[in-house]
Amino acid sequence: MSALNTGRTAVPTQTGVGAAVRTRLRGRRRDTGAIWRGLFFASAIFLVISIAAILVMVGRQAAALFTQVRPLAFLFGRVWAPEHGLYGALPFLVGSLAATGLALLIGVPLGLAGAIYLAKLATPRAQRVMRPAIELLAGIPSVVYGWVGLTALVPFIRRHSGHVTGFGLLAAGVVLAVMVLPTFISLAEDALRAVPQDIEHGSLALGTTRWQTIAHVLIPAAWPGIAAAGILSMARAIGETMAVQMVLGNSPVIPAGLIVPASTLTSEIVLEMGSTPQGSPANNALFAMGLLLLLISLGLIIAVRATRKEATAGVRQAH
Amino acid sequence: MTAEAMSPLKIVPMVPKVVSPAPEAPEMATLAGQAETDREVEPAVRVRGLTVAYGSTPGIKSIDLDLPERSVTALIGPSGCGKSTFLRALNRMNELFQGVATAGEVLVRWDGQFQNIYAPGVDLVELRKRVGMVFQRPNPFPKSIFENVVYGPRHHGVSNRALLAEAAEEALHQAALWDEVKDKLNAPAAALSGGQQQRLCIARALAVRPDVILMDEPTASLDPISTGKIEDLLGKLSKDYTIVIVTHNLQQAARVSHKTAFFLNGELIEAAPTLQMMTNPRDRRTENYVTGRFG
Repeated sequence: MSALNTGRTAVPTQTGVGAAVRTRLRGRRRDTGAIWRGLFFASAIFLVISIAAILVMVGRQAAALFTQVRPLAFLFGRVWAPEHGLYGALPFLVGSLAATGLALLIGVPLGLAGAIYLAKLATPRAQRVMRPAIELLAGIPSVVYGWVGLTALVPFIRRHSGHVTGFGLLAAGVVLAVMVLPTFISLAEDALRAVPQDIEHGSLALGTTRWQTIAHVLIPAAWPGIAAAGILSMARAIGETMAVQMVLGNSPVIPAGLIVPASTLTSEIVLEMGSTPQGSPANNALFAMGLLLLLISLGLIIAVRATRKEATAGVRQAH
Repeated sequence: MTAEAMSPLKIVPMVPKVVSPAPEAPEMATLAGQAETDREVEPAVRVRGLTVAYGSTPGIKSIDLDLPERSVTALIGPSGCGKSTFLRALNRMNELFQGVATAGEVLVRWDGQFQNIYAPGVDLVELRKRVGMVFQRPNPFPKSIFENVVYGPRHHGVSNRALLAEAAEEALHQAALWDEVKDKLNAPAAALSGGQQQRLCIARALAVRPDVILMDEPTASLDPISTGKIEDLLGKLSKDYTIVIVTHNLQQAARVSHKTAFFLNGELIEAAPTLQMMTNPRDRRTENYVTGRFG
């Protein structure tokens, strides 16, 4: 009897406590939710403000240059001689584009081969060795790349080419190619893995070889992703500073060959930023070069987004 | 589909109709089973003691089965019974999956004599030219309609544009797709409907001129009208090709096949002319399955 009694009284008490706890939890959850939302919102705002501030600051300094130098004379001027009032950035622009192009020319075929190997040919064991190796490649600081380039690659080029120094676009292109490999391989590998197995098996079932399947079905199907990998590698290469500056020779002229000293937008900025007085035309010209780099990167990011959109549209159509 | 057509026991004895010019008509006019007695039944493929194992679990156990030439053989049975594994063993596609081991013989008629496709030194490219495959989901390549159809011939060395165009037209006609796509051969294959994509995949397999075509539930992802078109097509193709089709749909097996093989838990329970399988199976388990008592 008494057991029944306690049971009866216990039940409503427990529900009462439970309900109270639940209400309290619900209230607290609403409070913390608002706090977190505010925190995330603040972070996002902070991010947007930082980016806007960089754009405004770089843009204002660049605009200051353009009150003294015509934009076209800056963009297409072949001579960089601040002491004579000549602020032509073309040598650096050409150097940047050439070094990047060379890096892609060397890096993309190698990277594509590596991505195909990892995605489709490597045994699980080989993958276990290769993946960390590639991640390690991505983790090496750029100054180390530059140092190796300077002490091994540049003398090697000098010995085998007969040129005086060995500095130049060739050395920069090779160093950059190795530096973009991890980015390119991992993105291209993802793109290749994302191709539906059915398509690959469909090709093999038609009596084609593994190579025919890779070349004519797998790569075309993964193409938007591979293109995006190439563009992101380009963005990485064009913004790279330290390693390039160490092997390029840093001569502010339009390079007449691959093994003559040259210069890039990034290497010129890092070389001269300490030696030009704040607010001087030369200093403003460096900011204008920074703005140019920013705009190039922006263009590349827009290009990547466009290829991504194309890729997802293609996938949606196929299913 | 009419209620009458839904019953496997009624569809089979139906009198063959003149094939309707409008394939939209949902009734299936093909009655493959009827023609069974008229046909010279000679195997195009003999399977002897075929066992396929994934790791330690045997997927299919010691299967013996003859696949008659120029006719449709349906593989039926509940999910996971080994039908698809058996099918993929016939063109050695199982080997694309890790850890699959195959034993036994699959003898395919090859230049006039039977060749065991699991013998050492067999050229997989040659095998798959002879034994084509259509998958469960349409899997067109991300290329144009034309390039999809000529994919096989092109990679087997045909580069003459006129020859390729001819091959494409012939295969698309055979797959009953030509009239729908002849004006847009350069359009992407992905723009076609699911049913059209599947017929494109059939055309793509036909363009290689195989002897045998394996189909793994080719209508599983299609609507009834597209399914009807593909079933009509199977009737026509079986005049020239040896077709093996995996299906979950007993009515489909009854409508399209001449011979039916019933698989259960990785074993072949019974194989016989479709009419006999559907009306008078020998094994009790087959009877239970075809009458819908399980599965």
